[in-house]
Amino acid sequence: MAKRALTPRPESELTMSNYRIQGATGEWEVVIGLEVHAQVTSNAKLFSGASTAFGAEPNSQVSLVDAAMPGMLPVPNRECIRQAVRTGMAIEAQINAWSRFDRKNYFYADLPQGYQISQLYHPLVGEGSLTIGADEKAGLPNDKVIGIERIHVEQDAGKLMHDQHPTMSYVDLNRCGVALMEIVSMPDMRSPAEAGAYVRKLRSILRYVGSCDGNMEEGSMRADVNVSVRKPGDEFGTRTETKNVNSVRFVMQVIEYEANRQVDLIESGGAVVQETRLFDPNTGTTRTMRSKEDAHDYRYFPDPDLLPLELDEAFLNECRASLPELPDAKRARYTGELGLSEYNARELTAEVETFARFETLLATTAKALGKPASDVATQVANWSLSVAPGVMNAVDDEGNPAHATAEAQAAILKMQAAGEISGGQAKEIYEIVLKTGRNPEEIAEAEGLKQVSDTGAIEAAIDQIIAANSDKVAEYRGGKDKLFGFFVGQTMKAMQGKANPAVVNQLLKNKLG
Amino acid sequence: MSEFTQLGVKAIRDGVAAGDFTAREVAEAFNAAVADAAALNAFIVTTPDHALASADAVDAKRAKGENLGIMGGVPIGMKDLFATKGVQTTAASHILEGFKPEYESTVSQNLWNAGAGMLGKLNLDQFAMGSSNETSYFGNVNSPWRKAGSNAAMSPGGSSGGSSSAVAARIAPAATGTDTGGSIRQPAAFAGITGIKPTYGRCSRWGVVAFASSLDQAGPMARSVEDCAIMLEAMAGFDPKDATSLKMDVPAWEKGLNADLKGEKIGIPREYRMDGTDAEILDCWERGKQWLRDAGAEIVDISLPHTKYALPAYYIIAPAEASSNLARYDGVRYGLRDLPEGAGLQDMYAATRAAGFGDEVKRRVLIGTYVLSAGFYDAYYTQAQKVRALVARDFEQAWTQCDAILAPTTPTASFPLGSLSDDPLTMYLNDVFAVPASLAGLPAMSVPAMLNSDGLPLGLQLIGKPFDEQGVLNAGLAIQQRAEFEAQPERWW
Repeated sequence: MAKRALTPRPESELTMSNYRIQGATGEWEVVIGLEVHAQVTSNAKLFSGASTAFGAEPNSQVSLVDAAMPGMLPVPNRECIRQAVRTGMAIEAQINAWSRFDRKNYFYADLPQGYQISQLYHPLVGEGSLTIGADEKAGLPNDKVIGIERIHVEQDAGKLMHDQHPTMSYVDLNRCGVALMEIVSMPDMRSPAEAGAYVRKLRSILRYVGSCDGNMEEGSMRADVNVSVRKPGDEFGTRTETKNVNSVRFVMQVIEYEANRQVDLIESGGAVVQETRLFDPNTGTTRTMRSKEDAHDYRYFPDPDLLPLELDEAFLNECRASLPELPDAKRARYTGELGLSEYNARELTAEVETFARFETLLATTAKALGKPASDVATQVANWSLSVAPGVMNAVDDEGNPAHATAEAQAAILKMQAAGEISGGQAKEIYEIVLKTGRNPEEIAEAEGLKQVSDTGAIEAAIDQIIAANSDKVAEYRGGKDKLFGFFVGQTMKAMQGKANPAVVNQLLKNKLG
Repeated sequence: MSEFTQLGVKAIRDGVAAGDFTAREVAEAFNAAVADAAALNAFIVTTPDHALASADAVDAKRAKGENLGIMGGVPIGMKDLFATKGVQTTAASHILEGFKPEYESTVSQNLWNAGAGMLGKLNLDQFAMGSSNETSYFGNVNSPWRKAGSNAAMSPGGSSGGSSSAVAARIAPAATGTDTGGSIRQPAAFAGITGIKPTYGRCSRWGVVAFASSLDQAGPMARSVEDCAIMLEAMAGFDPKDATSLKMDVPAWEKGLNADLKGEKIGIPREYRMDGTDAEILDCWERGKQWLRDAGAEIVDISLPHTKYALPAYYIIAPAEASSNLARYDGVRYGLRDLPEGAGLQDMYAATRAAGFGDEVKRRVLIGTYVLSAGFYDAYYTQAQKVRALVARDFEQAWTQCDAILAPTTPTASFPLGSLSDDPLTMYLNDVFAVPASLAGLPAMSVPAMLNSDGLPLGLQLIGKPFDEQGVLNAGLAIQQRAEFEAQPERWW
C-alpha cells in the first residue's frame, strides 16, 4: 500500500540481532515490518450502531448502513476513536488532533459500499514506538525499541462463505463495519524472534489499555508480514507482504519461510517480486496472491460523507487520564518498589489476568499481615507464579477455580509467614481449599496441618535426642559442624515433621552450644 | 380543473386550518389533476392513498382542535431520490427499479410530521445527473411550457424536472428537490417557479440517494417565496444520522419574511456577465437590479474572480464522488441483478451495472474513476479541490462588500427536449451560474422574473451568506413582489 517515506533510524540501533540466513554466497540479513490489524473493543461498529459480538447468527448484526442501502450515511462512533487514541498514547505516539477518513475503493461481495472507509492521508495516530525486552532464551540479547509509523482506524469487511451451497457463495455482513486499528511498524525488526516479541508486546499493551482483546483465534488481531532480505549493510531489498497471519507462531514461520525463499531465489539468479502472498498454515509455506501488476488502484479520496475528525483538549485529557499503568512501567515498579526479580516481574506483567490476580492477592496478603506490600511481594510472587499454579494443576478437575479467592490464599500465606505452617503444609491446605472451599485456618486446625512452635515440646524432644546420642554431641562440639543437620533431622522426625524448622534450629544451637 | 389546484402551500394550509375547506378535498383535487396529467410524465409512481390518508389525519386533528403542523393538509410531490418507506424509490434508474425501502428519509419524514401528504414520486434525471430530465430510465419529463407558436416538447430542466413540471402545471402545490450543481434552481427557472437550495447541511441527507455527497442538498420547489419559506422550515433541521448535518436551530423563516431591503447591499458579480449570454437574460438581470433598488437595496459591483474555473472543478468533484457513491449498486443485495449463465462475481458486476445504469450515469462514473486514478489524482481531484477553496474564498471576500448576490439562474431559457442530448458540454454549461454557490455550500434561490420573447420563463438567482436563508428569501420576496410573475403554461396535456 502507498505510504509516506519513512524516517529510518540509524542501523546501529537496529542490527543487534545476530539472526542470519546462511546462503551459498554468504550471510543474509532479514528486514521485517508488520501491519497489525486489531479489532477495537467497542459494543458498536465504527460508523453504525450495529453490535460487534463474536459468533452471532450470520447477518444478524447488520444495520442499514452496514448493508450500504441507498441514502445511508456513516456517523463516527466516539468510543472507537477514543480507544484508538488511548492506544496511540500507550505507545507514546503523536496524536493528531486533526485527522480525516478516506475511501478505499474496490469491488468485492463482502464490501457492500464498494469502498472501505479508512485513513490514508491523515491518520489519527502518528509516530510512536514500543520496546521489546531482552530474553536470552528467545534469542533477544538486549532490549530493543521498535518504531511504529502510524495507527489508523478503518472498517472491517464482511465474510464470504463458500461451503453453504454447491454453486453459490453466501455473504455474512456481521463483521462488516467493525472498527479496526491498523498499527504499522517501521521496518525495524531483524529476526523472527523480534517479530514474535513485537506482536506479543503489542498484544500485551492493547490488552492493558483495553482497546483490543488480542484474541488471534477469533480474528481480533491479525498481521500482514512484510519481509525482505539483504546482505548486511546493503540497501533494503524488495519486500513481499504476506496477508492475514493470525498467530505469533505463524508470523515467525512466515518470516523464516519467506527469508529462505527469497535468499534461494536471489542466489539462483532470480529476483524477488513485490507482491502480496498468502500463508498456508498446513504446509508452513507462502504462495502468490497477486503481483504488483495486478494490484488494485484503490482511488483513495477523502470521504465526503464525513467531516474531518477534530479532537479537543478535554477529549485528549480524558483519554490520557483513563490510561492504566502500562507493561514497562509496571515491570519497573515490580523490580524497583516491590523488589521482585526480573524474571518474576516479567512473568507477572505479561498478561492482564496475571497481574490483576497478583495485585489483588498482594494487597490482601499485606493487609492480613499488617505489613507493607514490598515486605511480602516476593512471597506472593513465588506463590502466584509457581506454588498456586502447581497445586491447581495437581488437583486438576477436582478443584474449583472459584474457591481460589484472594482471601483464602492470603490466609494461607499469612499462616506460612507467621511460621504456623510449612511450605508443604501450605500446598496441602490449598489443595483442600480448591477441592472443598473450606476455610484455610479451619483446615489447618482440623487436619493437623500446623507446625509446632511450642518450645517446651521441642525442647523435650531435643533433650531426649542429646541424651541418646552423646557420642555425636561430643563430635559436634569437637568441631564436626556437619552433624548439625543430623540433629535437625532427628528432631523433626521426633516431632513427626510438624516442628517449626526455625524454632528447631534456634533451640538446637542453644543446647548444643 | 378545480380551484384548489390553483392554491399554493400557504393558502392550502391556512384554508384547512380556518375550515374553509378540508384537507381531503384538496388531496382529492390534486390526485385528480395528477391522474389527468400523465402526458407530462412528471411522476414515476403516484401515491393517491398516501395523500388521502395524510389529509384525513389532518382533518381528524382539526376536528379535535389539535395542531395541524406547518404543512398541515398540503399534498406535495416527492422527488424520487428520497427513500420513502414501502414506496418504490428508484433515483429514476433501472438499477433500482422495484426497490422499496424499509426506511423513510429524514426530510420526507419531517414533511409528514409537519402535516404534508404525498401525491407520488417525481421523475428526475437518473441519479440526479442531468440538466434536462432526459436521462431518466422512466422517460423524459415534459415541461408544461411550450415556445410560442411551437408544439415542440420542452425541457423542464434537471435534475428536479418532475418537480418543476408538476408545480408549474399546478398538479402539485409544491415538491421536494435536490440540488448538487443547480438541480433545484435551473428547473425552477425553466418552469417559472421558485426553488431554494439552503446552506449545505441544513437538510439531512439521510435517506436521500447520494450523487455527490459534499454538494447534495435538498430544498423546496413551489410557486412563491412564502411557500418555499414554509416548506424549507418543515424540511430542515439537525439530524444526528448525517455527520455533515448543521447543528443549528431552524429559524422561523416564514415569520421573518420582509421585503424591505433598506440598508442591504446586493452584489452584482462582473464575472457572471459571460460571452454568449442571451441578451434577454442580461435584460432580465437589469430588471432584477432595478427591482431590488426599488425595494431599498444598494447595488454594488463585486468580483468573483475564480468563477470560470468553478464549472470544470465541479465536473471533476461531483463525478469523483459519484463514482464511489454508486459502487454500492452491484447486484449483490438489492435492485437489479444481471447474472449471465456461468458468470462469476466480476461478470455479474459488469452485466448488472451495464444494464442498470444509463449512459449519462456511466459517463460520470467513468469520469470520476479516471480523475481519482493513480497518476491523475493530483492533476484533477487535488487541483479541483484547490479551485473549490478559491471559489469559496471569492464569496467570503464578497461578503465584506455585500449582503447577498444577484445573478441570472441560467444562461438560457428552456430548450426543446433532444436538442442538446448529443452535446454534453453545452448541456453542462446550463449550470454555469448555479455551480459556484454549490461548491461554496451557500444558500441560493431562483425566483421567476419574466417571460422571454418565446413566452418562456426566465429566473433570477439570489445567493446568500452561509446560514442566511432569510436574507435570500427576503431579497427573493422583493423581486417576487415587483416582477408580479403570474404567467401559467397553457394547458396542452
